[in-house]
This record gives sequence, structure tokens and C-alpha cells, in this order.
Amino acid sequence: MDAILLQILNGLDKGGAYALIALGLTLAFGTLGIVNFAHGALFMLGAFCAVSIQSILTLSKKVKDESVTFFDAYKETPYLEIWFPEIGPTIIDWAVPLSILIAIPVMLLIGLAMERGLIRFFYKRTHAEQILVTFGLAIVIQEIIKANFGANPIPTAAPDIVAGSANIGSLVGLSDNIVYPWWRLIYLVFALVVIGGVFAFLQFTTFGMVVRAGMHDRDMVNLLGINVEKRFTIVFGLAAVVAGLAGVMYAPILPPDYHIGMDFLVLSFVVVVVGGMGSLGGAVAAGFLLGILQSFASTNEVKSIIPGIDQIIIYLVAVVILLVRPRGLMGRRGVMED
Amino acid sequence: MSKKIITTNDWSRRSVLKAGLGTAAVAGAPMFYMKNAYAAEYLNDPGDASSVKFGFNVPQTGAYADEGADELRAYELAVQHLNGEGDGGMLNTMQPSSLKGNGVLGKKVEFVTGDTQTKSDAARASAKRMIEKDGVTMITGGSSSGVAIAVQGLCQEAGVIFMAGLTHSNDTTGKDKRRNGFRHFFNGYMSGQALGPVLEKAYGKERNAYHLTADYTWGWTQEASIKASTESIGWKTGNTVKTPVGAGDFSQYITPVLNSGADTLILNHYGKDMINSLTQAVQFGLRDKQVNGQDFVIVVPLYSRLMAQGAGENVKGIFGSTNWHWSLPDAGSQAFVKSFGQAYGFPPSQAAHTCYVQALLYADACERAGTFMPCEVVKALEDHKFDGMGNGPTEYRGADHQCFKDVLVVKGKDNPSSQFDVLEVVEVTPRAQVEYEPDNEFFAGGDLGPCNNGAA
Repeated sequence: MDAILLQILNGLDKGGAYALIALGLTLAFGTLGIVNFAHGALFMLGAFCAVSIQSILTLSKKVKDESVTFFDAYKETPYLEIWFPEIGPTIIDWAVPLSILIAIPVMLLIGLAMERGLIRFFYKRTHAEQILVTFGLAIVIQEIIKANFGANPIPTAAPDIVAGSANIGSLVGLSDNIVYPWWRLIYLVFALVVIGGVFAFLQFTTFGMVVRAGMHDRDMVNLLGINVEKRFTIVFGLAAVVAGLAGVMYAPILPPDYHIGMDFLVLSFVVVVVGGMGSLGGAVAAGFLLGILQSFASTNEVKSIIPGIDQIIIYLVAVVILLVRPRGLMGRRGVMED
Repeated sequence: MSKKIITTNDWSRRSVLKAGLGTAAVAGAPMFYMKNAYAAEYLNDPGDASSVKFGFNVPQTGAYADEGADELRAYELAVQHLNGEGDGGMLNTMQPSSLKGNGVLGKKVEFVTGDTQTKSDAARASAKRMIEKDGVTMITGGSSSGVAIAVQGLCQEAGVIFMAGLTHSNDTTGKDKRRNGFRHFFNGYMSGQALGPVLEKAYGKERNAYHLTADYTWGWTQEASIKASTESIGWKTGNTVKTPVGAGDFSQYITPVLNSGADTLILNHYGKDMINSLTQAVQFGLRDKQVNGQDFVIVVPLYSRLMAQGAGENVKGIFGSTNWHWSLPDAGSQAFVKSFGQAYGFPPSQAAHTCYVQALLYADACERAGTFMPCEVVKALEDHKFDGMGNGPTEYRGADHQCFKDVLVVKGKDNPSSQFDVLEVVEVTPRAQVEYEPDNEFFAGGDLGPCNNGAA
């Protein structure tokens, strides 16, 4: 029972990340019709927003370590700690939550620049060409990050107050062995809030209504005199913000490196396809479903019956669902069906 | 009018005798007196060229690109030192040494590089290009056992020497050993032999271990080696779970540890996997846990300083082993750290050290053999004993082409003084403690086979 509960939590947590990325992918696809292989790079850029803010906050006064004579080794003390001995360490400690505030405008700008500067020129091109150009863009972004930050993962810590684990078992009257990292629980709640926020934005605002109408029939909305392209550009920026926030919050879970986006991108595309191309609800549902299935497939009990199942379960489920429901779980008729 | 006919067959008895004596003298002369005595008898013979080319096959892209960059820095330094540039580094401490700082066999050393991408197929492709197009006499480098075994096989087939870079799987000099391949780096078995007594001293005999293991040749052999070593000191082994390479999120593999009854987690992971699994194990509170009345502990059998930096504070107090560390006080290590530090501004990694040493050892073997011919170089390296290169007296055992030397047991430092000062050496395990017979069960099944000079 303990193990099952923990694997459900793992699945929800992982599913949260998949769902957030898949949500952005679906937003871009549903509005602009673009298959954006650079979306994983946006997730990675979000994570590196956290890394950058942490680096800026920990800019240090370097005092040469005289005991090392063959190269320049330094003892470092962050300026923030020197200038503000009281609150300096606390500000550094809260680097990741602070990064969220910075990441929102930064990712919005990056998203808008990406759409206006490159992707809009490929709207009328084939999906294959869109994939090639966005994949190329992803590689360029990765290499820029690698050139500046190196190839190794960079530790990015959560605030001390949530660095440990929550004893969920004793909280709900179960075994003491049910412990789960606070930050992962926060990530799950954060994912649900962001997903809820995006849905509320699309459902309950005039802007969202126009976007939904545009997703349904772009030409009709244009004929009504509404500049739907402009709104779709903003939606692309919104998708970039969602991916970026997912990345910022994931940085303490997985030390970011230049490849972290690509690792998630492939699985997120499977999530989009399983959920149904263009279906926001499908993307979210499939994200959580596949996250949980992947976690259970990794348990020793399941692996002892079917060795290696943990590495193929997502693709296996995708094959089965596409055979049974070719449009995915919640796919709409006519999307990517020529 | 008479005409004298001159023919080329006008051999006198005297000239035949002279020619015969001359031929006998040449044939009887020791080969090492003659430059290019083996000309055109082996692949990529540099012949009369003024330079010789080495092939540095390292990961320049992918997850180990930083380690690859460090290897390349070391190789460039080695080439400088071989050609008589810079301060000479370990050329000044290597004993015995035939290197004079004038290249190798009087030829200036040049190099070409390849990108292994930490993928066997890409590594083989770049090695093949360097052998066939660039004409290298030797391939060296790499940061993965899968890659090392693949490239070693290729070099054997082609007929050039392979001086392995960072490869820790028992198989590299075990079941997959090849006559043309040599490994300076230590292996999983040696890690087990070095770590066992230290772990016993630190954590006692009553432990229940849970292994998370990277699912490829290195992970399998390290798990088997560490398991044998810890069981020999009385520890029990609970579960051994294989994890996919590059899994990223290890939470689904770590949560079962919480309820397993294990009090020790052994992470047979390297590189990015090590950083991620260790970070997440700490996040799940394993280091704060008490099981079986003891503190839960984590062990990382193969450490790398570059990777330890990535794991940050999570490495503090965690035991592991390493091939070499820049803080070693011996003259060879200090000479290398000084050269490297002055050239690049930071200390070399263990990968950089092993690659630098391999380049020098190959060059020295060529000098001693008097040729670049692979089979003669193999003979010069087999059972070669040397010192002054950072790990005490060392021997390239002829039976399996594995280097035998002291092994370091290290621990994540509690109070690092600089960004490079993340590991502390807690014990230098003497070579005798990590030595084994060539037919040891962990290395059985392979055969060096014959040497290959390649087609001229």
C-alpha cells in the first residue's frame, strides 16, 4: 500500500511536468498549427532562468586561496552576504521562487521573439518543414546554453525550508515510510494551479473566447474583423511562459543541463498524441496518465514480470491507444487529417 | 672495328663477395640501429615524414562534453610536452623514460580529434575516419566503457594501438580485452577491493545494501564487484535494480528503497545519472533516515570531481573511489597539476590525468621499440613498469593490458575551501590490495588474441 501511494505521487509529479509541456505544445499547435520541436528548449530556458538568477545572486567576492599555487583557486563569499548579512543569505536561499517572477516576462519575450522572428514564416509550410526548422532552433538554443554554462548539470537548490521531505504517512495516519520531498509536492500543486489558470484564462476571458473561436474556425473569426493572428502570437508567448515556469520549478528536482528540454520533449509529444492533437484537456489527462503508468512500470514487482517494461511503457500505451482511438483520447475530428 | 659490349651483368668475384658481406651485415644488424627498419610493414607507417599523427577521440558533444574537453586539454598539453614545448610536465618525473622532448622517434607529434558523442557507433565512425583518412598510428580517449570496448575492437581489427581513456568496466580488460588495446584507468573490481575495508571501518559489518545500477556493461560489472566486496565484509545485498542510462528522474527507482528494509544505497551511476540519482536520493530524505537502528548511508563507488561539483552539497560525507586526484602530493601529480593549472587556470580531472599519461606512455613505448609498428609497441608496453606518473609504481600487465597501481578512496568534503575542493582523499589503497589474477572470475572469458599491424 505504501509503495503504491508513493508511485502514484511519483506519477502525478512527473505527469505534472509532462502535462505542462504538452499543454504549451497543444496551445501552439491548436492556435498556430505549428508543430514546435523547440518547445523543450523553452522548458530548458526556464530552468536556466533559475540557474542564471542563482548565479547573479551568488556573485562573489573572490579571495585567492594562497594554499593552492598551481592555479587560481578562490575562496568565495557572495556580495549579498557581505552587504546584507541579515537578509542576504535568505535572498540567495529563495533564488528559485524569485526566478519565477523574472521568468514570466523573460519567457514571454523569448516566446514572442521566436514566433515573430522565425516561426511565423513557416505557417504555410508543411509540418515536416516546421519540424525541421524548430528542431534546428532547439539545437541552436541548446548549444548556446552549453557554450555559456557547460555540459554538466548545475545544482539549483530549493529554499531550505522546503528542502526536506514531508512525512505524509503520519499526516494521514499511515506508515511512517510514506515520505515525499516537499518541493515535489509543491511542484504538483504548482502544475495544477498553472493548468487551472490557463484553462480559466481561455474559458472565462474575452481574449480566451476569441482564441477558442479562432482554434475552432480561424477564417470565420478573421471575417468578423478580429485580428486573430495577433492573439495567437500572444498565445504562443503564453505557451512559452508555461513551459518556462515548468522548467524553473523543475530545476531543484533535476539539476538542469543543456539537454533537459530534449529529454522531456519526446515524451511530451507522445503525451500530446495520446491526449489527442489540439486537445488541451487531452494533453493534461494524458500527461498525468502516462506519468503514473511510467512510475508503476518501474516498480520491481512489475519489472520482475516484464523486464524492461519501464522503458517502453509510454510508447506501448501510445500504440494501443492509437490503434483503438486513432485521434487519441480526446482528439477532435479534422485535426492533422488531410 | 671492334665494339666492346658493356652489360650490367659484369659481376666480378670480388664484387659478389662485397655485396654478400654487405647484405649479411645489414641483415644481421639489430633493428633498433636502423630508422624506419619496419617501413611499409604496417598500417599508417609515417615513413620518412617529419611528423606523426595521434587520434584523440573524446566526447565533444553530449552529456560528457565537459569531461571530453578536459581530456582534450590534457592531450594538447601532452603533445606540447612531447614536442619540447612548455615546462615538460611529467616528462620530468616519468621513470624510466626514453622521451627527449623532440617529438617521438624524431618526428614532431601532430594530432587530429574526433567526437565520440558518448555513443559507440559515433565513436567508431570518428575513429575509423582518423585511421583511414588522417593516418593516425594510435587512437586514445573516451569517457564511457561502452565506447571504449567498441573503439578497442575497431582498432584491433584495423591494426592500430588503442590507449583507452576513462573506462571503468571490468570487461575492457576482461572479456573484451584486445592485444592492441591498453587501459591505464582502474576498474570496478579495484574499486570494490579498495572500498570494502574503508566501508567496513566506517559503517561496520551489519549492513543491508540496495543497488541502483546503470543498465550497461560498466554498471553491471561494477555492481557485481561492489556486491562481492561488501558481501565479503558481512553486508547483505537486498535488491539490485537496473536503471536506464540517462533516466533523468530516478524517483520511481528511489521510492521503493524507502520500504525495502535496506540501510545502505549503492549508486552504480556515473556522470549525469550519478548527479541526478544522488540529488534525488537526498531529496527523498534517505540520508536523514534511520533503518535497522543505524543511519541510512549512500555510497558512490566511482567518483569524478567534475561530477561531484554537479551534485553540490549532496556529496558531503559520501564515500567513493577515484583513479587520481589533483591534490596528491607526489612529484608526478604535482608536475602535471602545475602544467595544467598554469595552462588552463584550474586543476585537471582524473579523466585528463589518465589521458595525459596514456599519450606519454604510448610515445615512450614507441621510442623504446624504435618504431610505431603496433606489434612492437605492444611488446614495449606489455609488462612495462614505470613510476612518477601519479599513482606510485605502476605496471602494464602483459596478460590483460591492465595497469596496476594504487587506488584512491575519497569522500565528499564537509567544508570545501574552493569550488575544486569537493573531494578529500581518505585512503591510498596500495596496489597489492587491488591486484588480481588474470583469470579472476570477474575478468574471465576474454582472450587478448594476436596483435595486428594492419594492412600496409
